[in-house]
Amino acid sequence: MQTTVLLVVLPLLFAPLTALCRNGKLAWALTLVLMLALSTLAIHLMRDVLFGAVIHYELGGWAPPWGIEYKIDSLNALVCVIVTSIGLLSVLFAKSSVEKEISEQVTALFYACLQLCVLGMLGIALTGDIFNLFVFLEISSLSSYALIAMGRNRKALTAALEYLILGTIGATFFLLGVGMLYAASGSLNMQDIARRFADFGSMHLVSTSLAFIVIGIALKAAIFPLHSWLPKAYSQAPSVISIFLAATATKVSIYVIIRCLYQVYPVDYWSSAVLPDLLTGLGCIAIVYGSARALTQTDIRNLLAYSSVAQIGYMILGIGLMNVHGLMASFLHLFNHAIMKAALFMAAGVFFYRANTTKLSELAGLGKEMPWTTAALIIAGLSLIGMPGTVGFVSKWYLLQSAFETGVWYAVIAVLAGSVLAILYVWKMVEALYFRPAFKVAIHHVPSGSSGISRTPAGMLVSIWLLVFSCIYFGIDTRLTTTSARTAVATLSSDIHIVSGSTP
Amino acid sequence: MNTPLLILLSVLVPLTGAGLVSQLQRLPNLRETITLLSAVVLFIINLLLYNTFPEMTSQRLVLAEPFENLPIAFRVEAYGLLFALVASGLWIVTSIYSIGYMRAHDELNQTRFYTLFAVAIACVMAIAYSDNLFTLFLFYEALTVTTYPLVTHAGTKQAKKQGRVYLVLLMGSSVAFLLPAIVLTYLQAGRLDFVAGGLLSGVLNAQWLAPLLLLYLLGIAKAGIMPLHHWLPSAMVAPTPVSALLHAVAVVKAGVFTILKVVVYVIGPDFIAGQGAHHWLVWLPMLTILVASLIAMTKDHLKERLAYSTISQLSYIVLGALAANSYGLQGASLHIAMHAFAKITLFFAAGAILVANHKTKVSELAGLGHAMPFTFAMFTIGSLSIIGLPVFGGMWSKWYLIAGAAAFDGPTFTQWAMLATLTVSSLLNIAYLLTIPVRAFFASPGIPSVHAKEAPLPCLIGMAVPAIFCIYLFFDPHWLLNLSQPTTANGLP
Repeated sequence: MQTTVLLVVLPLLFAPLTALCRNGKLAWALTLVLMLALSTLAIHLMRDVLFGAVIHYELGGWAPPWGIEYKIDSLNALVCVIVTSIGLLSVLFAKSSVEKEISEQVTALFYACLQLCVLGMLGIALTGDIFNLFVFLEISSLSSYALIAMGRNRKALTAALEYLILGTIGATFFLLGVGMLYAASGSLNMQDIARRFADFGSMHLVSTSLAFIVIGIALKAAIFPLHSWLPKAYSQAPSVISIFLAATATKVSIYVIIRCLYQVYPVDYWSSAVLPDLLTGLGCIAIVYGSARALTQTDIRNLLAYSSVAQIGYMILGIGLMNVHGLMASFLHLFNHAIMKAALFMAAGVFFYRANTTKLSELAGLGKEMPWTTAALIIAGLSLIGMPGTVGFVSKWYLLQSAFETGVWYAVIAVLAGSVLAILYVWKMVEALYFRPAFKVAIHHVPSGSSGISRTPAGMLVSIWLLVFSCIYFGIDTRLTTTSARTAVATLSSDIHIVSGSTP
Repeated sequence: MNTPLLILLSVLVPLTGAGLVSQLQRLPNLRETITLLSAVVLFIINLLLYNTFPEMTSQRLVLAEPFENLPIAFRVEAYGLLFALVASGLWIVTSIYSIGYMRAHDELNQTRFYTLFAVAIACVMAIAYSDNLFTLFLFYEALTVTTYPLVTHAGTKQAKKQGRVYLVLLMGSSVAFLLPAIVLTYLQAGRLDFVAGGLLSGVLNAQWLAPLLLLYLLGIAKAGIMPLHHWLPSAMVAPTPVSALLHAVAVVKAGVFTILKVVVYVIGPDFIAGQGAHHWLVWLPMLTILVASLIAMTKDHLKERLAYSTISQLSYIVLGALAANSYGLQGASLHIAMHAFAKITLFFAAGAILVANHKTKVSELAGLGHAMPFTFAMFTIGSLSIIGLPVFGGMWSKWYLIAGAAAFDGPTFTQWAMLATLTVSSLLNIAYLLTIPVRAFFASPGIPSVHAKEAPLPCLIGMAVPAIFCIYLFFDPHWLLNLSQPTTANGLP
């Protein structure tokens, strides 16, 4: 099963090669080839584990718990598919966008960084070793700081710096937590730690390590109230990076939380404490707060970023509710939100490419000029609201079901309030694009008659519409997504017993 | 032809029509021909489905199954057939009328108008033939989204503002109330199929019946029950054909149709009657009937007055459904058809007045009857049918509704209140509807208008057909009576 390790080794080989390229186009082509290969591998992997098989891979032939072990089940295969396929589509989207936003000298470095970022995320998803996870976390974080700093605006530098500071604090917390856990357990292999949990000497050390790990990852996942870096980073980054990070970065962190809570620490250990209520409560607040802040934004990318804060709330809520459907909703939302948010940020990217602005007031009336992009934005927006027939509805359905089953009424209210607010903020965009009179100087700082800018490049349209199509397809044919979510929940609950809820 | 194929066609034909129409910006004549053609074909398909009824009701069309036990499925059933026949039949009439109206009024973006109109009809067909609540909900939301651009068609500041009210109220209420109601139903019953006698009957804990029913009533805002009725007057900024077919027939009837389906097939009338859950819930439609009628009297804007009249009439249907006995249900479903024919006549007349003489206010109509005798004659017929006088179809639905109120087995006071509401509201109907043609024919205009004339011929044809049906249905209501009884367990009505 060498496929597994290829997912990490391939980008590691490609990134230095890409960095050496002089030619931006060649760098792009290399990245595209890499992403194609990676997504094929990921889908292949997914097919193997979809029905419950678990692949163990010993890195370098060293047996765990001493060697590093990669362990692939339905859950991290799903995360790999998300990362690689969104990566592929963003690279497809990237060509013209990067030509416009990134200066020619650093284009190759930009693509190399992007590959390293993908490498880090895939590593986080695949590894079964908690220290190794930290290493990959740092690889992906460092490369994303650099990528965000390449934004066209000087504000991008402060945004990247803020993300750097907070991200490093988060990583430090995580590392400290890992250190304490190692002190208590003497092991770094997740499965090994979980198996020998009962024999640990100092439980104080263990509970402190749990707190440090959760807070560290919560910072990376932008869970309310630790989300402040996210809107700035997403709105200032180059378009392609906003798309890629919005759809994948926080998902991977959420995955780490699930993995740590279910397969490092026993569920019984932490579920009796305050943590589930904390997750549920913070999730609810994040949903309402993020949606309300989104409503007040005047820039599409800020609006979408705050909406991401709210959507992360849905995923956290699903974890906090502690039953099968809640956890399923979280997994599904990882996938579903990645699709729709990538589509929405792509639409914003096209607007920036064509009109040089993402301010709602300056985009007024563009709906007539860019009907396809706007239509894509509307469909993806409807999915964000949770319109039946789209992916957004699928995750919301399971989440509501779980909230009713567990009888957490305020979660029901938060989910519904979030959806109503989503109607308002999505329609704010639609109204601006369609019904306001056209903003006369819609195209700024662009020499008149520049034909390259007067039509949307095919690569952009193709990638947006592929995502929009999957928004609807996976909203109707949910076999793939629900099967993998169900299998993932089954895997988690077979290792350690999960509270199963079926009666309200 | 087999039934599933016909059902599929009933959704695909308007969609294909929409696709063709959207490409015919340059050829308005061909565009209108195609709209009309798809309307006729759709009506024929529905007639064919009517022919297979009730033998083929067991055949199901399943498109996909996104959730466990929740397929996107369709099936022919009496109420659905009734609704589909009325909506598609009136689509033909509306298409004829639109040709005259849209051209005489020089509306912009006519292609977009015809395209979205056809898509909305496709959604209505899907709602009518839904086999479970999930499918119905799916297309209920889709209908909101597709009709929104029709409401904001004019693109003016007011149109946008009203459009926002429309969207936020309809979609917001369905997300905030209808969705949790559906999830709760699913959790209790494990599925959402429409079952004769009620899916929840005997499954749901009786004390939760009334709150759940209330959630449904609030969530289905398309039925225009107060206090979530405000979207309907807002929707009147749309062009008249939209107000006429969508906001007097298709959209609002989709609302009451959903309530009827929920009462009959999801909760079960016997369950409601047995638990007495409706004893206080009937006050909601009763208050709506009276308050909306009173508001209608104060409205000078003709279309707004008609909108409030619609709100009041919709609550007749809700009241009939909540009476939870066979007379009430029969009256409710009959009223879906009867009110549709009458109200569309009234809206067409209002549009004709606007197109020919640019008058929108009731106070401006004095003496106009001499210039537009035909229009106001049709208006009178429509009004009389809504009031429910004999020789007009509206009498039958009111007959059954009153019988339903009389058979209501709740507190005597509530029963008398129901009867009183129906009577008083009929009187109020006279006051706010019949005064309009009276003023047009008999009041003398302040300044005699020289240029007053009748509307274009297609508008007149459009008005005449439903008006004729108002009278015809008084003499031959049998086919409607057949369709207004819920399909029972063995598939026969």
